[in-house]
Amino acid sequence: MSFEEIANIDFSPFLISLKLSFVVTIILFLITFPIALKLSKTSSKAKPVFEAIFSLPIVLPPSVLGFYLLMSLSPNSFIGNFFKESFDISLVFSFEGLVIASCFYSFPFMLQPLQSGLESVNRNLIEASYTLGKSKLQTIIFVILPIIKPSILSAIVITFAHTMGEFGVVLMVGGNIPEVTSVASVAIYDSVENLDYFQAHIYSIILLILSFSVLFFIYYFNSKTKKAFK
Amino acid sequence: MIKINITKRLHGSDGEFELIFKKEIENESFITVAGESGGGKTTFLRLLAGLDSPDSGEIVVNDKIYFSSEKKIDLAPQKRNIGFVFQNYSLFPTMSVFENLKFALKDKNYSFIDEVLELVELTELRDRFPNTLSGGQQQRVALARAIVSKPDILLLDEPLSALDSKMRERLQEEIIKIHRHFKITTILISHDISEMYKLSDRIVMIEKGVIVKDDKPQNLFLNRKQSSKFSFVGEVLDIKKVDIIYRATILIGNNITEVILIEDDLKEIKKGDRVLIASKAFNPIIKKI
Repeated sequence: MSFEEIANIDFSPFLISLKLSFVVTIILFLITFPIALKLSKTSSKAKPVFEAIFSLPIVLPPSVLGFYLLMSLSPNSFIGNFFKESFDISLVFSFEGLVIASCFYSFPFMLQPLQSGLESVNRNLIEASYTLGKSKLQTIIFVILPIIKPSILSAIVITFAHTMGEFGVVLMVGGNIPEVTSVASVAIYDSVENLDYFQAHIYSIILLILSFSVLFFIYYFNSKTKKAFK
Repeated sequence: MIKINITKRLHGSDGEFELIFKKEIENESFITVAGESGGGKTTFLRLLAGLDSPDSGEIVVNDKIYFSSEKKIDLAPQKRNIGFVFQNYSLFPTMSVFENLKFALKDKNYSFIDEVLELVELTELRDRFPNTLSGGQQQRVALARAIVSKPDILLLDEPLSALDSKMRERLQEEIIKIHRHFKITTILISHDISEMYKLSDRIVMIEKGVIVKDDKPQNLFLNRKQSSKFSFVGEVLDIKKVDIIYRATILIGNNITEVILIEDDLKEIKKGDRVLIASKAFNPIIKKI
């Protein structure tokens, strides 16, 4: 293994993965926070139904999810056709398609930590804020968000890491177009298929270190904040 | 003047019952609501604060309609000017003492925060976080926070029940001081007889959602309305027979005293009872200590 060999390796799959994870994490936080808030407050009988639907991506084989997404986003489908006609955006084998697919795939990983964080907030704290004249939005920003900071951090980091590591859904919906949809995990598969074990090794070790760092960071931070607030 | 005339169906542990509360409360007065657990006391406070809604009736505070089923008015808690102190303190854990109070402040008059902190003797703790404070300190902060918002009514939901007796006494003094200083109409929920006796102008007893007694504390606890100058509420710790009489050990606040009983008294009084000790006080001995 020489320096030149490493320098020759194409790192664009990592750039695509990072970009994808970044965009997906932001979109998912904005989408799931109101849902988590609603779920944490409701005691409706329909709650388990929604929870089950939202958790499906955890248990469903990624290929199943990917297949359905491919079917519903393809130019022959209503949604795919609509985007193609109106915005000239193709939702399959494109970066936009990857973003949509990843949002479905990583949805529960953002939702669940947020929901359990919100559920742990003492109801009286929220009511205290209301009686002090603070609106719902003010209460969310100044009371709830600071309290659930560890949950928010977990949700964001896990979602980011999980999107980095996805494979099946991305392969189904995005294919393996270099510099467009060829994310890190797919690139590893591709390298192995081409018997380029050296490149596969480099890609894999980077993902391994990245995953470990992410988890270590979460646990380290959470143990620190637990000490600070308990 | 606070005019309350409300009803609400409640689901208690032994079936449904209806909370019916009709009363006018003078401004600047101190009312205690007492009664068994699950009798609707906390719900009553929540209805006043707007955290729950009555089924029907009317709540009017200083001519401002908080709730009216007839006029279809139900002001949100934010729009009612009410200070609520919860049993579990409910301080914001990510804010310091000062920040908790600042959060409640409705104008930019920061000197008022310092004034209140001074009054409840918390100035030294202003930069501490709630998790570093004792229960008593936390409840004082909660009280101070409610005051800072300058409420028309102060609602105290068993604020002292989680504290030990020494701390409780100290906070009772604190509550009296605050009430005298700011003259805020206060409604307290309490189980502690000495507490309600000490603090309130009037005591309202609720049983199964209905007011069963509503009177001055003296009339409520001194059955024969005796004009005793010395009267204390205490708990019988022990009764021992000494020759032909009985000697009862009684805890009043933090002090233990002994009172002589005769056989007839034992029909009514037994160990563990709450009792009222009164004396006609012809010549109390007073001595500097």
